Amino acid sequence: MLGNLDWSTLQQLWWLIVSVVGGLFVFLTFVQGGQTLILTLAADANEKTLITNSLGRKWELTFTTLVLFGGAFYASFPLFYASSFGGAYWVWLAILFTFIIQAVSYEFRRKPNNFLGQKTYEIFLFINGTVGVLLIGAALGTFFTGSNFTLNAYNLVHWTHSLRGLEAAFSLFNLSFGLFLVFLARTLGALYLANNLDHDSLVRRLKKSGFNNLLCALPFLLYVLVSLILMDGYAVNPVSGVVTMEAHKYLNNLLQMPLNLVLLLSGLALVIVGVVLNRFTASVRGIWPAGLGTVLTCLAIFFLAGYNNTAFYPSKVDLASSLTIYNASSSHYTLTMMSYVALTVPFVLAYIIWVWRQMDSQKLTLKELTADKKSY
Amino acid sequence: MIESLDLSMVNWARGTFALTAMYHWIFVPLTLGLSFLCAFFETIYVRTGNPQWKTLTRFWMTLFGINFAIGVATGIILEFEFGTNWSNYSWMVGDIFGAPLAIEGILAFFLEATFFAVMFFGWNRVSQKFHLFSTWMVAVGSSLSALWILVANGWMQYPIGMSFNPETARFEMQDLWAVISSPVAISHFVHATSSGFLLSSLFVLGISSWYLLKKRHIEFAKRSIAVACVFGLLSSCFVAFTGDEHAYITARTQPMKLAAMEALYDGGLPTGLAVIGLINPEKKPGDHKDAFFYKIEIPGMLTLLAKRSFQGFVPGINDLVYGNPTQGIVGVGEKIARGKQAVANLSAYKRASATGDKPAAEAALSRFDQDQKFLGYGYLNAPEEAVPSVLLTYYAFRIMVMLGMFFILLFVVYIYLMEKNRLEEKTFILKLGVASLFLGWVASQAGWVVSEVGRQPWAIQGLLPVSIARSNLDSGTVMVTFFLFLTLFTALLIAELKIMVKQISIGPEGE
Repeated sequence: MLGNLDWSTLQQLWWLIVSVVGGLFVFLTFVQGGQTLILTLAADANEKTLITNSLGRKWELTFTTLVLFGGAFYASFPLFYASSFGGAYWVWLAILFTFIIQAVSYEFRRKPNNFLGQKTYEIFLFINGTVGVLLIGAALGTFFTGSNFTLNAYNLVHWTHSLRGLEAAFSLFNLSFGLFLVFLARTLGALYLANNLDHDSLVRRLKKSGFNNLLCALPFLLYVLVSLILMDGYAVNPVSGVVTMEAHKYLNNLLQMPLNLVLLLSGLALVIVGVVLNRFTASVRGIWPAGLGTVLTCLAIFFLAGYNNTAFYPSKVDLASSLTIYNASSSHYTLTMMSYVALTVPFVLAYIIWVWRQMDSQKLTLKELTADKKSY
Repeated sequence: MIESLDLSMVNWARGTFALTAMYHWIFVPLTLGLSFLCAFFETIYVRTGNPQWKTLTRFWMTLFGINFAIGVATGIILEFEFGTNWSNYSWMVGDIFGAPLAIEGILAFFLEATFFAVMFFGWNRVSQKFHLFSTWMVAVGSSLSALWILVANGWMQYPIGMSFNPETARFEMQDLWAVISSPVAISHFVHATSSGFLLSSLFVLGISSWYLLKKRHIEFAKRSIAVACVFGLLSSCFVAFTGDEHAYITARTQPMKLAAMEALYDGGLPTGLAVIGLINPEKKPGDHKDAFFYKIEIPGMLTLLAKRSFQGFVPGINDLVYGNPTQGIVGVGEKIARGKQAVANLSAYKRASATGDKPAAEAALSRFDQDQKFLGYGYLNAPEEAVPSVLLTYYAFRIMVMLGMFFILLFVVYIYLMEKNRLEEKTFILKLGVASLFLGWVASQAGWVVSEVGRQPWAIQGLLPVSIARSNLDSGTVMVTFFLFLTLFTALLIAELKIMVKQISIGPEGE
């Protein structure tokens, strides 16, 4: 069945799959956002412990989704994997470093004789939630602003900027994109924690924090959206494959793909609904509309970058080296086989949701954590 | 010594990958086996209802959790290092190699990540049966993860199920099932996974023996040893069996690696096995020096292991490097010459295609097809470059095999003494048990040295040398990364060890 799909359909299908994984990852960065609240919102050690343990039961899902995001890109668009990781070397290594230090921090933080001290691990979590997310945002921002690379006849990447990817963080657009993601993650973190914890005063502050962080995110979001509407973009000729600059390319994409515009607007609206619900009503379930809204918004951003004859990883210095979902993809056979594998994703999502519901049917209390010597 | 080191980018990249992989492999085998041991312990608890088994399960789970976190941290680097340090590799074989990595993420990592939280924090949140199910799922997920990564590694050792596409100048997958069911991948998986079970059994046995020596937690230690010994003995026997099978497959698929493992320079009919020997480090391919200063050899044994009979020719390094017309072996020198033709013709094809010169492109492609299977050799400069480090491979192989045999004996002795109820009084054996905890890691790391050093200089056996697989980075950049990783991983390892030792000293009474 899937083998009958033509190559370009499979390439578009895989851009959709990668976009879904990317969207889920951004939603799951509520873990990273929550980590930044440990140092800024928790009033005492008990509150820190509550926040850490609540997030500590989900951090692996975020981590695994990031790994899957990388793996899915590797399998479906290997030229992007090779060009971006091998080229924008330092920005990816910096991101990875923040995830290495995150991975041990939950387990090591309160264990006796932990060598670096509890505060160090809390700082590690903070770095992961701020620097890590910021740099991911900056790296994704280059989908629109372009990067400094050329490819030779054998597709070997040559990076033309000495900072090897870190220069992305010095672009106002990329920086705004990164800061938007940081504050969005903090917003989602506050919403998730408010829903997961049984601690009245902390939950009250979390509900406020979600709203305040969304307010902080808005200027960056507006800057990104206005820039996207005004900026020229990297268009690819569907017949010749030649990449050229097109005025207002991303605005054109939105207008030519109205469903994408609906996705973007409804996604952002759902995020706002979730935050407002938490801030101005007694409900603590704002994480769900906001989470869904985050996924939809991310889908729209990815679609904007990759569909409608757009180069999703453009080169600023050599337009011919720009990557599109057509020239960067795996072969027809590999995409077909991987599409069969992807049919298992709904099953995976189903058991994750089932286990999540089983584990979170009761809210997390200090009493439970005090009784459990295994708590983080 | 130091001035003879080649500090080129590719060597720093190899060093960085080796560093990451070796650190990662400190934690992974323990995850593989300890997850199953925890599942065994918890199953006994659920079946007997004896709370002491629950205490025991939770204690080993604590150590599992400490180890798991750092394993995850080092694991993410390995995946992304293929892109950062080996970007040409990622492009040239990403069409094939990316698939198992993505499948690992979908089918294995989520299983581990989802049920890990239940296993650790779900004791009072889910039913007893669901908790047990979750513990088993973590164990299954760990092994599934190993399966897919070893399918990927197995393909690097024995590339099949693909073809070269001159249009894109990359290898593309033709048969996913061939990649998954490759005999090298399967034998790699069963051997590496069972070695993880073995190491974890030694871990439990070693710590429990320490408790017995200290006269602490006696019943706890005995129960742990009983389960670990059975699991360990079965695993170690299986490791020996799969190791033999793995060597047999290596003889067919990677004869140069086998020759290096045995320091065999000149093949024969039949060939003896140098069980132990002292290698002459000055020995080079093609010279007339003896390969060994001293050796104990079993006549015909290598032929028997490699061919499953006393018939057949086992090629040595000289046969493979310089060719052996009698045995129909083409030398590396000739392969290099034909490989360089392939490289030149591929280049001519690309140039002609770019200018739209169709006849020239077709002619170049036709010439390329004749030598295509030697393409990778075209990037070597001398036949001797095809020889891996004999010294390292030979000794690492012997360390692994001898320790493997010793572990079987150790488990048998432990089971015998447990049966006779005399284990506590045998302090020498208990001390040996404690020491074996560390020896397990030595054997495990030595195994990977054989596997990975033994296939040098190839990133993909016979197709892509490491010098071509690399990223376009300068050596200083990769060197900085090497030391950053070294510092970070070492700091985290120290932290892990200190925490682990503290938890062991607290013991199960802390539960």
